[in-house]
Amino acid sequence: MENNVFMFYLFSGTILFFSVLAVTSRRILRAAVFLLFALVATSGIYFMMNYQFLAGVQLALYAGGIVVLIIFSILLTHHISYKFDRTPLVNLTLGLVVATTGAALSIFTLIRFPFKPTANVPAGVDMQLIGRQLMDTGKNGYALPFEVISILLLAAMIAAIVIAKKGK
Amino acid sequence: MIPITHFLIVSTLMFFIGIYGFLTRRNLITVLMSVELILNSVNINFVVFNRYLYPDQLQGHFFALFIIAIAAGEASVAIALIINIYRRFTSIEVDNVDEMKF
Repeated sequence: MENNVFMFYLFSGTILFFSVLAVTSRRILRAAVFLLFALVATSGIYFMMNYQFLAGVQLALYAGGIVVLIIFSILLTHHISYKFDRTPLVNLTLGLVVATTGAALSIFTLIRFPFKPTANVPAGVDMQLIGRQLMDTGKNGYALPFEVISILLLAAMIAAIVIAKKGK
Repeated sequence: MIPITHFLIVSTLMFFIGIYGFLTRRNLITVLMSVELILNSVNINFVVFNRYLYPDQLQGHFFALFIIAIAAGEASVAIALIINIYRRFTSIEVDNVDEMKF
């Protein structure tokens, strides 16, 4: 973790700015592209934390998979320059009230909690360590979640195919 | 070293922006996009806690990895459902999808 304050402000500013635009934009395709920028900036934060594999997975899966899937489904179900109506004022104010109340409460609690800096030596996270821990069956091993998530992804694939195919 | 609360405040704001989008948006695909924002904010939380409080272990890192995989599976099933709904109702506003199959 280097003292790169400028990169932190760049990435978090990008995340917050584009996520606000993504949830308030009136054109749906632009909302998807703003979401893409927010996810790419999130992977920038993972790069800052020295978790390069996770950042690569975030870029490949989220920015390159899920956002592409969302854009395809937008183009399948809308006209390409589809524009939303304005959200009604009641919904907007209620949503804002709920979101700001929750955010204020959480941030207030966060600031008051004394996070103790740790003196442990950071583990060098390279692919060998990740692979060994992923297939480990002992303590701190993740073989069982790995197998379960393979089954989950298979079930999701089959479910998506069965749901989306044309009925009789 | 950037203090941990800075990162946590960024992820908290991202979470509540996602919640605002989830409550306000009336198109099913934009609701899905808000859910993706929420999941990403939680991922940032896990990674930051791992790096700052337990840097010699990798539990937050693996949890974030599994969350990404699960979110991908969930998004694909959600899109399949949305396409099926569009075929039936020709609209994917949450107000128009109000009939259950009888």
